[in-house]
Amino acid sequence: MKAKFVIPLILFIVLVGFLAVGLNRDPREVPSPLINKPAPAFKVSQLADPSKSFSPEDLKGQVWVLNVWASWCVACREEHPMLVEMSKSQVAPLIGLDYKDKRTDAMEMLARQGNPYNLSAFDNDGRVGINYGVYGVPETYVIDKAGIIRFKQIGPITKEVLEKSMYPIIAQLKKE
Amino acid sequence: MEYSMIPEIGHFALILALGVSIIQGVLPLIGAQQGRREWLVLARPATQISFVLLAISFAILAWCFYVNDFSVLYVAEHSNSQLPTVYRLGAVWGGHEGSLLLWIFLLTGWAFAVAQLSKTLDEFMVARVLGVLGLVATGLLLFVLATSNPFERLLPAAQDGRSLNPLLQDPGLVFHPPMLYMGYVGFSVAFAFAIASLLSGKLDAAWARWSRPWTTTAWIFLTLGIALGSWWAYYELGWGGWWFWDPVENASFMPWLIGTALLHSLAVTEKRGGFKNWTVLLAIIAFSMSLLGTFLVRSGVLTSVHAFATDPRRGIFILILLSLVVGSSLFLYALRAPKSTLGGAFSLMSRETLILLGNVFLVVAAGSVLLGTLYPLLIDALNLGKISVGPPYFNAVFVPIMVPVLFLLAIGPWANWKSTNLNALLKRLWLAAVVAVVAAILIPRMMGEFTILTALGFLLSFWIIASGVLQIIRQFKVGKPTRSFIGMQLGHIGIAVFVIGVTMVGAYQEEKDVRMAPGDTVSVGGYQIRLVEVRPAQGPNYQATRGTFELGRHGKTEEVLYPEKRNYDSSTMPMTEAAIDAGLTRDIYVSLGEPLEGNAWAVRVYYKPFVDWIWGGCLLMALGGLFAVMDKRYRLRLKK
Repeated sequence: MKAKFVIPLILFIVLVGFLAVGLNRDPREVPSPLINKPAPAFKVSQLADPSKSFSPEDLKGQVWVLNVWASWCVACREEHPMLVEMSKSQVAPLIGLDYKDKRTDAMEMLARQGNPYNLSAFDNDGRVGINYGVYGVPETYVIDKAGIIRFKQIGPITKEVLEKSMYPIIAQLKKE
Repeated sequence: MEYSMIPEIGHFALILALGVSIIQGVLPLIGAQQGRREWLVLARPATQISFVLLAISFAILAWCFYVNDFSVLYVAEHSNSQLPTVYRLGAVWGGHEGSLLLWIFLLTGWAFAVAQLSKTLDEFMVARVLGVLGLVATGLLLFVLATSNPFERLLPAAQDGRSLNPLLQDPGLVFHPPMLYMGYVGFSVAFAFAIASLLSGKLDAAWARWSRPWTTTAWIFLTLGIALGSWWAYYELGWGGWWFWDPVENASFMPWLIGTALLHSLAVTEKRGGFKNWTVLLAIIAFSMSLLGTFLVRSGVLTSVHAFATDPRRGIFILILLSLVVGSSLFLYALRAPKSTLGGAFSLMSRETLILLGNVFLVVAAGSVLLGTLYPLLIDALNLGKISVGPPYFNAVFVPIMVPVLFLLAIGPWANWKSTNLNALLKRLWLAAVVAVVAAILIPRMMGEFTILTALGFLLSFWIIASGVLQIIRQFKVGKPTRSFIGMQLGHIGIAVFVIGVTMVGAYQEEKDVRMAPGDTVSVGGYQIRLVEVRPAQGPNYQATRGTFELGRHGKTEEVLYPEKRNYDSSTMPMTEAAIDAGLTRDIYVSLGEPLEGNAWAVRVYYKPFVDWIWGGCLLMALGGLFAVMDKRYRLRLKK
């Protein structure tokens, strides 16, 4: 077999290798550029009580979790049991960010499904979401005592993500 | 509630077809290898039966759409009782499962055609060609039956279907997939011929002569399919673009580039016995590109506006299929190609050299498109981050690579086979060169702006056209031109026309985004466009807002345009239906945007000079292919 005639075959094998790896990747998933950067500041009204407001400043000094959700988000229902579990474990304050939603729809959903959040902030027009680089719902951030984003979960939180990624990171951040 | 059994018949036909394809694929190939005549002769009847079964299956799926059978899951997902009949039929290939069925149906169709039109071909060759096609069909049928069954039932049936994406409810979109697939899938024939010749060890001019008309025909369809897709995007998407270097567009363009190189390489192999290995390799690569494209669109590996709903299982299956088909072909190539004999020798200055050079550039161009398309995947797979590659890369890399091809295009037909005299060539071409230079300098100035890039566009296109005209004049002095000659001229001039269109639109189009209230006028490209009124309108399955615009020059109204913004019952996304006044030398394009305060609207108007030459050029190329296929030497064979 003369060498040059094997070249097309070798090139093809390399190509297939890349394609095979690519099958396991999601081209739509873009990692967050905000990891290890300060969580963007904001002040918005709370979902349940519009007269009260919420800002990340309120939780400086604590490790906490920000979960972006909406009543119209189907995938959010998938992760709801995980959020309930996290809230029961009391490992860190769980703050919801109700994203581009109607207050009444959101309150209804929490009443129906159960409310795992310490409180929910109401991001009516999505401006907070834009600052946080939210491009899909649900998304979840773990923020440390100094207000720096240390972890972002894109998509629903699964049991694996909770136990293998989030709990360990939260534990570690609490020690800092 | 009674459910029809007809879809089950369609499903069953596919299962039968799988069995027949296995027979068609395995027995004739072994038979040819071992000289068993009784297995060889199974090839033709198996092919015929396969085709009939696929035709039945496809017809049944179409029937399910026609009668609105929403107990079939695929119909419920892509159709709707309010959908106009013609789009219900187009919806058959509007989604993954149905378009894949179309793919296989056309594959068996091509195989059937080969079976019917190969009576004078050596029966070992016939057995091998049909056998290879049978193996490919087997793979795809397995894929359909295992992961993508279009006849899957939805029980209990839906009251009504989800309907077809409004973007697809359009005549252009109805014809685009069948045309494209006829081309894509058609390259399987050239592929089968190449594999057959590698298997038999007989790589000769006869094989090339057989392959040529099949390859050309597939190429014609692919040209038309791509042109149709591009034209559709232009008039349907509302912002005047005609090519976006989207991964799926690239997936159809790469086989086209390789197919063009293949066409020319086959010519050399047939006439001079040369480039045999090149031609075989190109035939394998062309169809591999078709399969790769099929993989890219349906596996979720790349993001694209075109991509079908994805399922990782499907991706894995196609990847395995792709690996087996292409991997084994290239392995066979590595084994057998070194044994082929050399063709006729040729000197450095000859038609062979020019074609070879042109092909090298075409292959490099295809490679650059492949690299750009796959680059995001490669970078992600190597954990180097997420990037996207778009028009800036493709325009910067692809266009310069094509420049030499366009340059050589005009020279090739003048050069003699085997050896040609450089001085004689220069004597023939100096006039064309002068015309080209004059055009390159004059036309940009006439249009109002001179840049190097636009000058280059006119230089190359007029170089090709002038050379073509001179060739035609010379031919008429010698005698009646053959259809093959006419085909070549149309093909080459077609590309020049295409380049003129691209250059003109790229350099001299005008776009205006304005706020207009009834009575306002906007001018673009020397025309005045006046908004008369905007009123609601109603369609069969949509509500619309329709604008009435008067288009005119020097105070006289020449045309009235009615762009619309439509809200389909089945979709929350509003659709823009642009109004286009098309002409030989320009399109005026009016698109209705968002309503603004004070009874006004956002309106976008375009002046697009010579834009229809883009698709006109493609039509000419396809017509050229048609003439080439109808050349006498091929018809003689049919009569026997």
